[in-house]
Amino acid sequence: MEDILLLEAIERYLAGGMLHEEKAYFEQLRKNTPEIDQMVVEHKLFLQQMEHFSDQKNLKHALHESHNRLIENGDVYEGGEISTKGLVVQLWNRYKRVTAIAASIAGITALTISGLVAYLTPAGDNSQQVQMLSRTMTQVVKAQNALGAKIKEVDSKIPSNVEITSSGSAFLIDAKGYLVTNAHVLKGSGAVVVNSKGKEFNAKIINIDNDKDIAILKIEDEDFKPLASLPYSIKKSNVDLGEELFTLGYPRDSIVYNMGYLSAASGFKGDTATCQISLSANPGNSGGPVFNKNGEIIGILSTKEASSDDVVFAIKSKGIYKLVDDLRESDTTVKKIKMPSTSSIKGKTRVEQVKEVSDCIFLVKAYNQK
Amino acid sequence: MKQEINEQLLLRGLANNDSKAIDTIYKDNFNMVQAFILNNNGTYDDARDIFQEAMIALYEKAKSESFVLTCQIKTYIYSICRRLWLKRLQQQGKFVVQSESLEETVSVEEDLEIHEKRNADFVIMERAMNSLGEPCKSLLEAYYINKKGMTEISAAFGYTNADNAKNQKYKCLMRLKKLFFTQYNIGD
Repeated sequence: MEDILLLEAIERYLAGGMLHEEKAYFEQLRKNTPEIDQMVVEHKLFLQQMEHFSDQKNLKHALHESHNRLIENGDVYEGGEISTKGLVVQLWNRYKRVTAIAASIAGITALTISGLVAYLTPAGDNSQQVQMLSRTMTQVVKAQNALGAKIKEVDSKIPSNVEITSSGSAFLIDAKGYLVTNAHVLKGSGAVVVNSKGKEFNAKIINIDNDKDIAILKIEDEDFKPLASLPYSIKKSNVDLGEELFTLGYPRDSIVYNMGYLSAASGFKGDTATCQISLSANPGNSGGPVFNKNGEIIGILSTKEASSDDVVFAIKSKGIYKLVDDLRESDTTVKKIKMPSTSSIKGKTRVEQVKEVSDCIFLVKAYNQK
Repeated sequence: MKQEINEQLLLRGLANNDSKAIDTIYKDNFNMVQAFILNNNGTYDDARDIFQEAMIALYEKAKSESFVLTCQIKTYIYSICRRLWLKRLQQQGKFVVQSESLEETVSVEEDLEIHEKRNADFVIMERAMNSLGEPCKSLLEAYYINKKGMTEISAAFGYTNADNAKNQKYKCLMRLKKLFFTQYNIGD
């Protein structure tokens, strides 16, 4: 039992666990007892060996673990099969940074592209445009949109028991109140016309030629005061390609001016009765006059190509003469029509021309009995 | 300069048994050693043994108070491994081509001597420990290697109190010391 206590004391002494007084006493004991001194020295050596042993054992264990870890990660190869797990882990460890960077780049790119696409895509639905395009290719005739706009307002001169079916533009061919418009504008039994100042007049349909798409109206209203003369003439001969043209019409309730040029001497599908004009027109421009720069009417704006914006077609003014001439023989009222042959606005500025002719251009509202 | 600081940190980590430092040194140097051993009649197991022995030598050096590493870790490990492996080949009586190494080496003879002495001590202690038998071996390992307290040990080993455990430990220690010093003094 004493030996145990002695050894414990030696161990405490060597580990530096003794208090000052105890240590002094123990050192005194060592000096006086060679056996104890010898035991201390021996035990110190032994403990040192033990310490080394423990260190090395721990290190060997750590090295062994490290070795296995590295084999698993694929950093160390010792022959035999590389396990799939090892390979995957190895590839992952090797490329995880690259993968992360690639993934972020891909993500950012995708976001940027989708952002750009969303930003740059026109608001409209693309598929619909494509659909429309295919329809114009198969059913070409339908590609021409009638420019008659439907309106809903009910005005004073319009009988209360009717509904407005369509609207368009018309222009005087005789100062007494004879108007020309498109046949497709007059989809109804009666019509009223409104001048550029917003004043309404009752009008009577004199003749409709659906084949030529021309109609003649006559203003029959007490409020209408015939003009002394028309400022423009109606041209009999053809116009040249590239000639500058302008039009006035009613795509809205107020008169709208547009300009363009003659882009083809023939119309849709080579129709020689019409010509192709490049200017922007909208539903409601139908029946409006097309002027050249001298203030001569060269045609009646009638249709537009559905697939393109600025391609419109006008009935050549010759057709007006032809219709009037044809009607003269059968219809006595038409006989009275005297078409203007000279233009008084030639050489004037465009603003003056527009000012003078706009009095002669009317908004047509066709209606039907309910 | 940066690399130097890095290596100092690694060695300090190694001396403190830091597994991260051990992994890093292991990873950076093992393949080089393995290639050397494999190219010189060695096996994968030889490579592992030699390399781990070099790591222990490096550890001992890093732990010593007078430690100064005058070269890169890589050079040091390679030098030790090369020396150890050539020695082992000679012991096995295999033909060794004493070719001049293309790699840079440093003189490690002195370190290896210390290492071998320590290794011998380790083997003696290990042998003594193994011939102790249970539960002495586990008891002493728990106290001296795993540094557990006597109370904890007595609970773990099922002693009724710490004094009984102490008593048992004392007996075991006496046996171990006897076994160890018999071998140790012969070795000397």
